[in-house]
Amino acid sequence: MMEQTRDSIADIWGDRTPHYGDWPVRVDQRVTTEPDHWVQSACVLCSNGCGLEIGVKDGCIVGVRGLDRDPVNHGRLGPKGLHGWEANHSPDRLTKPLIRRDGKLEEASWEEAMNLIVERSRDIIQKHTSLAMGFYTSGQLFLEEYYTLAVLGKAGLSTPHMDGNTRLCTATAAAALKQSFGTDGQPGSYIDLDTTETILHVGHNIASQHTVLWMRILDRLAGPNPPKLIVIDPRRTFTAEKAHIHLMPRVGTNVPVMNGLLNLVIESGQIDQSFIDAHTVGFDELKKTVANWTPERVEELTGVPASQLRAAAQLLATTSTLVSSALQGVYQSMQATAAAVQVNNLHLIRGLIGRPGCGIYQMNGQPTAQNTRETGADGDMPAFRNSGNPEHMNQLARIWNVDVRNIPHWSPPTHAMQIWRYAEQGSIKFLWINATNPAVSMPDLARVRQILQKEGLFVIVQDAFMTETARYADVVLPAAIWGEKTGCMTNVDRTVHLTQKAIEPPGEAKADLDIFVDYARRMDFRDKDGAPLIKWTTAEEAFAAWRECTRGRPCDYTGMTYEKLRRGGIQWPCNEEHPDGTSHLYTDGVFHTGADDCEAYGYDMTTGGAITPEEYKANDPKGRAIIWAADYEPPHEQPDQDYPLWLTTGRLVYHFHTRTKTGRSAALAKAAPDSFVQISDQDAQAYNIADGDLIEVESRRGRVLEPARIGDIEPGLVFIPFHFGYWDDPKRSRAANELTLTEWDPVSKQPHFKYAAVRIRKATEVDKDALVLDQAGQRVNAGSTTPKTTE
Amino acid sequence: MHIGNYLSLVQQSEQQLSRAFSQVADHHGDEPDIYQVCQTLSDWSRQHTTELQPLVDRYRSDKSDEPERLSQTLFDKPRTGGLALLRDLHDLYLLATEVELCWVVLLQAARGLRDQELESRCETFDKTTKRQLTWLMTRIKQAAPQTLIVAD
Repeated sequence: MMEQTRDSIADIWGDRTPHYGDWPVRVDQRVTTEPDHWVQSACVLCSNGCGLEIGVKDGCIVGVRGLDRDPVNHGRLGPKGLHGWEANHSPDRLTKPLIRRDGKLEEASWEEAMNLIVERSRDIIQKHTSLAMGFYTSGQLFLEEYYTLAVLGKAGLSTPHMDGNTRLCTATAAAALKQSFGTDGQPGSYIDLDTTETILHVGHNIASQHTVLWMRILDRLAGPNPPKLIVIDPRRTFTAEKAHIHLMPRVGTNVPVMNGLLNLVIESGQIDQSFIDAHTVGFDELKKTVANWTPERVEELTGVPASQLRAAAQLLATTSTLVSSALQGVYQSMQATAAAVQVNNLHLIRGLIGRPGCGIYQMNGQPTAQNTRETGADGDMPAFRNSGNPEHMNQLARIWNVDVRNIPHWSPPTHAMQIWRYAEQGSIKFLWINATNPAVSMPDLARVRQILQKEGLFVIVQDAFMTETARYADVVLPAAIWGEKTGCMTNVDRTVHLTQKAIEPPGEAKADLDIFVDYARRMDFRDKDGAPLIKWTTAEEAFAAWRECTRGRPCDYTGMTYEKLRRGGIQWPCNEEHPDGTSHLYTDGVFHTGADDCEAYGYDMTTGGAITPEEYKANDPKGRAIIWAADYEPPHEQPDQDYPLWLTTGRLVYHFHTRTKTGRSAALAKAAPDSFVQISDQDAQAYNIADGDLIEVESRRGRVLEPARIGDIEPGLVFIPFHFGYWDDPKRSRAANELTLTEWDPVSKQPHFKYAAVRIRKATEVDKDALVLDQAGQRVNAGSTTPKTTE
Repeated sequence: MHIGNYLSLVQQSEQQLSRAFSQVADHHGDEPDIYQVCQTLSDWSRQHTTELQPLVDRYRSDKSDEPERLSQTLFDKPRTGGLALLRDLHDLYLLATEVELCWVVLLQAARGLRDQELESRCETFDKTTKRQLTWLMTRIKQAAPQTLIVAD
């Protein structure tokens, strides 16, 4: 029996339920057989966080259905949510720990694997201090797991080298929110979409990336009072097709486009001067900077026609409510934080913040990216505390009952790109990677592979599958995934969901929380009184500890319990004052920018230089939002004679991350089985390339071979989806990140995936085998005395 | 008057700083942030040098004979490697401090002379130099523990 309420593969967003104000319920369901019972959870295949129930029969997941009462999705699910669960029962799950012996990964017991990890940890710390220890985590674990990792890393090991792959995905969202409003956290709520007059998507292909959120917009567009839609994106995406105005800027020119819009809005006189005066600082500098960006100058630099820019600005200047969203087209491109901050500025100068219909979604790509940031597993300090504020650090020391000097806070935490650089240079000798796949997701993959194989670097990979990265590990730990463990996740609009264990993990696989707790116990981390540092063993106990850590902070969870979360998602802050959660922040126009309150003192937008506490206090914004101006800076690598085209990368609607899960669902894999390179008709003609021809794309860092897909893109621009690696097809070079740059935004430290100079040619030879073996991680590590192989 | 002396001192110092930033960019190209930011900051100093020229010309006659003086030789030969990076940033900081101090000195003189052009230039340039110093301090703080404690 196969029962599905709709074919989400053929019809991605399903039938319309037109609305204004109150989004109707539509429960999407797909089960392969009738479940015995349902277990409440939420989807972990994008950052929307749709409430759902897992159907279980005989200890197996047999399907899912949307949760009708959930505030985020009102019962709807997208193709990834309806199909991704099949990965849980994939036959190639890791079920036993593996240890590399004589170059080969061999099965081992948990006792052996953990003893080895502890022995190496102790040895390295003794010889090199804990500054030789690094952790690279995910945007896919649960809050309780990140918090445990943060405590054991910061207060147990005392290492500043801890970050997550959220650095690749949404570090800029956090940076932009901190720069403008003092701390992380979205000002608005998804319900703003139900009433807003105008929607602005900047570098956000929401139709592919957040399918259920897009359904909400489609239903508004089909409803009685449709919003106007403005899309800024260099590609003609599903999202752009629905736009009233689609601006197609050249790669790397988000700041000039935003400055041009801000200039026109200010010139129109439709700004909210009283809001600006009472609730912001920095407006005059912005006005001065954007004044130079006339529509004509913007057109010349970005390719966006002046008339279109004027039309968009006219809408933005007159709308009484506005929802804006930004994502990777902003975050992974030149001047990432500067551009994201201009979106915040647009709302600030028009006073469109802190009330219904006025949301800013500095979006996340991964489902639990927000939790990595909140808990400090990405290097930030837990509960948005400021590492430069001694009182905040003392609070943490009190909560954990440790000496404050044990908590590394002498400089900003080490960001992921720097962690990998230290590993490359040899000063990080221990790298624990969990639930992520840097051998496909990081920029400049040839370099990442070299680092992973480096002698003297002990690599642990904790995952559910033998990923491209796990092939290089010294120890592989089999992890339980969604559906096999309990924990919370917080989505973009601050809604916290409880996702519950429905089935047992396969074989000896364990929850990440259990692995971290076990490590902390074996390392014998203790507090000042000699009690164990990690005082919890279950997810619910970890949640209780986290709740205490958030008390009084902007992300206050103290009013939440598992019991309450079983009734449905709750938006933080949730405390005695707001027992049902909070839909809008900053309703009183007071922001978290006070010197005693703010999460960071801010960074120079061009250099990333950190503003000192003294400087910040001298100009304390005392609760006023900070308007940051930014002028244009050209991308660091531009097309030239040798590499005449721009490369950009992005997502497909059927896949998530490096397809570790979605590639193992039959329907999703069939819907998007392979990578491709998208080029314009003009370029196809110029290079004599027909649809489906194999093209070689080469940058200064590497090359790939991809079948051509022609159309819907500007001439001179080449697009490759980033999901595809080698585990299911080691025969062709196809990971987009073979080509991308090791460079990052100065403020958010997020890598620049959205531009690189490349050249293309029709592939004619078949001399690719050696290259592919290397890229797929199947070649013996040449020159090493202890080669790392998996076969 | 000795204003001309100081203007040529700051101009030389800015030239030197610009070259030094550019050298550090070249010799630490494996550190993408160092490479990118140092190029930008080198441009800032070069721009100062150019924009300063009218003032240097104006006060040229007010230049006294200069002692074989304060010419900086901190930045001699480029170095590579982890400790070298820290030392290079350290020296860049000292060079930038020299420039910053020049602005303070000149600003005082400008105020005394009520030379509004000189005053406003000094104020503007001083802001840029401070941004260079801020970045250098941030990067030095980041590099210091790892370099001194763990790096080979």
